[in-house]
Amino acid sequence: MQKTKLVEALTGNYAAAYAVKASDVDVIAVYPITPQTTIVEKLSEFVANGELNAELIHVESEHSALSAVVGASAAGARVFTATSSQGLELAHEILHIASAMRLPIVMAVPTRALSAPISIHNDYGDVMNARDTGWIIYIAASAQEVYDTIIQAYRVAETANLPAMVAYDGFLMSHTVEPVELNDEEEVRKFLPRPLRPYTLNPKRPVTMGPLASPDWYYEFKYQQATALREAYKVVKEVDALYGEKFGRSYGVVETYRMEDADYAIVTYGGAAYGNAKAAADMARERGIAAGVVRIRLYRPFPSMDVLRALEGVKAFAVLDRAIMFGSPAEGPLYKDIATAMFMHGVDKPAVNIIHGIGQRTMYVEDMYKIYTMLKERPSKEVVFMGVRV
Amino acid sequence: MKVYYKTLRDLPREELFAPGHRMCAGCGAAIAMRWITKTIGPNAVIVNATGCVEVTTTPYPETAWMHPYIHVAFENSAAVASGVEAAIKTLKKKGRWDAGDSKVVVIAGDGGTYDIGLQSLSGMLERRHGVLYILYDNEAYMNTGIQRSGSTPKYAWTTTTPVGTALRGKVQWKKDIMGIVMAHRVPYAATASVAYILDMVNKIKTALDYTEEGPTFLHIFAPCVPGWRYPENKTVEIARLAVETGYFPLYEWDHGKLKLNPPSNNHLDKSKRKPLKEYLKLQGRFAHLTEQEIAEIEKELDAYWEYLGKLTQL
Repeated sequence: MQKTKLVEALTGNYAAAYAVKASDVDVIAVYPITPQTTIVEKLSEFVANGELNAELIHVESEHSALSAVVGASAAGARVFTATSSQGLELAHEILHIASAMRLPIVMAVPTRALSAPISIHNDYGDVMNARDTGWIIYIAASAQEVYDTIIQAYRVAETANLPAMVAYDGFLMSHTVEPVELNDEEEVRKFLPRPLRPYTLNPKRPVTMGPLASPDWYYEFKYQQATALREAYKVVKEVDALYGEKFGRSYGVVETYRMEDADYAIVTYGGAAYGNAKAAADMARERGIAAGVVRIRLYRPFPSMDVLRALEGVKAFAVLDRAIMFGSPAEGPLYKDIATAMFMHGVDKPAVNIIHGIGQRTMYVEDMYKIYTMLKERPSKEVVFMGVRV
Repeated sequence: MKVYYKTLRDLPREELFAPGHRMCAGCGAAIAMRWITKTIGPNAVIVNATGCVEVTTTPYPETAWMHPYIHVAFENSAAVASGVEAAIKTLKKKGRWDAGDSKVVVIAGDGGTYDIGLQSLSGMLERRHGVLYILYDNEAYMNTGIQRSGSTPKYAWTTTTPVGTALRGKVQWKKDIMGIVMAHRVPYAATASVAYILDMVNKIKTALDYTEEGPTFLHIFAPCVPGWRYPENKTVEIARLAVETGYFPLYEWDHGKLKLNPPSNNHLDKSKRKPLKEYLKLQGRFAHLTEQEIAEIEKELDAYWEYLGKLTQL
């Protein structure tokens, strides 16, 4: 444990930048996009003031941002990038390559709705479209958690040899000031030793990276990658526990609120949905409904058993999704994951998919309260698009 | 250019491009790869764009590369190289780079440079990364089976510019990639040909040394046997005729000065250039050309030489 506490008032984005500084990152490549931009601005300040000894590449696109950190990571540097929305879409091709090349890249994603129509506001359409690209995906719910998770993500990525994404609500968190306890940077550096990477681009030890694989080999590469991401679950838990021991804060892979005796639950992700669902659970309990909330912190690899265990005692639950997967049996991505987990493990109970907060449509506490009453009275069989004018 | 190698005897001996790769017999790019790897020496990281060279040299679990080598995608080799260069720079500063003065070299085809990779190339040049970017130009997407690119010359046959009754090969002229690169005010950019090895290796070495100042660029002309439809023993002959007819002039842009190199330095006088027909007639991709079409290409070439002549006056 560190001796003195340093608490700063920081936005989610500044918390991300402070975590990158504490992690002694070597190469950063970022392209501005709302709501990510204040991260690259803060990092540029750190570099300009000599507080962060890193090369900051002001690339000409997000595709190049991710490509540049792929190159830098392959050469053995600790790297960082960040983007939102269209930027994540533009870089999508390289998301797959970064994970397949097993590079420990860390990326922050203050999430934002996808075009068209263009919207700078928040939902999770961007990250949800990247959910199956082989990255470890965290979704944080406070500026403090953004800070802690980015530091954890370096340790996880460099242990599992996989890239990690730390997502959180654009604007609702990225631009909202909260108190954030900062760690002693020396202690962060001790927490993040630089493990010997098995392969890097070094003329003393030449290797060929990114070769051509025939049908005789391709499947084995992909199977190993799938296995590595599954196994990263253990690494995420271990690192979270170690971080808790050292810095006094840990989160687990799934966070619960008043779930001990809950009959009805809302399962969701991100700061705004979680915060309001907690307030709604309090309201519901005051009115006689045993309500609780489950928040998914680790989205990939998906913590199926943790989610099912958290929901074991409930009579019915709702999954509040902040993204639309068009044409799916249910449009909510998290709902589909939980439904799959339930089916695989023989769990059958009423589960409703709620879509809300699309393009930052306000999710009122009252809306969430209505979800609890609906669960109690008559759980919907159909996907509920909440807060929309039809 | 600085002259590091005066005669063929001075050329670097160490082979750093392994035999056994799957490039075609007579491949112009293969000749370029051999001399690029020899000339840059072992202390370099190679970044390769998707293309013929990439797929034919890295069939897992084999590789032709004795250098540390990375291929990521088609359009981003300059961005990847920017990252590698930045990593080496910062790791050196922090005392965590143990390989000394390592260079970064991009190898990309015309598709990966003129077309899909142009944006990342421009970004890398503008940011002044100390990277040598080498374009091997075979004037079409040969890896996917001979489709037209921004580098394909007018009237050339490709599978996407077939010779039909309404259209006769490619409709547009070849893009001036050197002009685009020079407009970024890089320290050094040059054209080279697999038919002029001494000129080419001296340019590779010069360009590599100038990466101390910023990005450098080489445009290497590399004939393609199946794509240009000629017998595999004609690669060097065709590459030489491209220079001798003035179709592909050898020149260098050295700190804002344009200089024509031998034999192109005599070619401002049109009478010193061989007739363009000698270059065109050896290639199946031009077999359909009429006298009128050849005259049109010649006229465009004359205009290009006039433009080059003006650049030499700068």
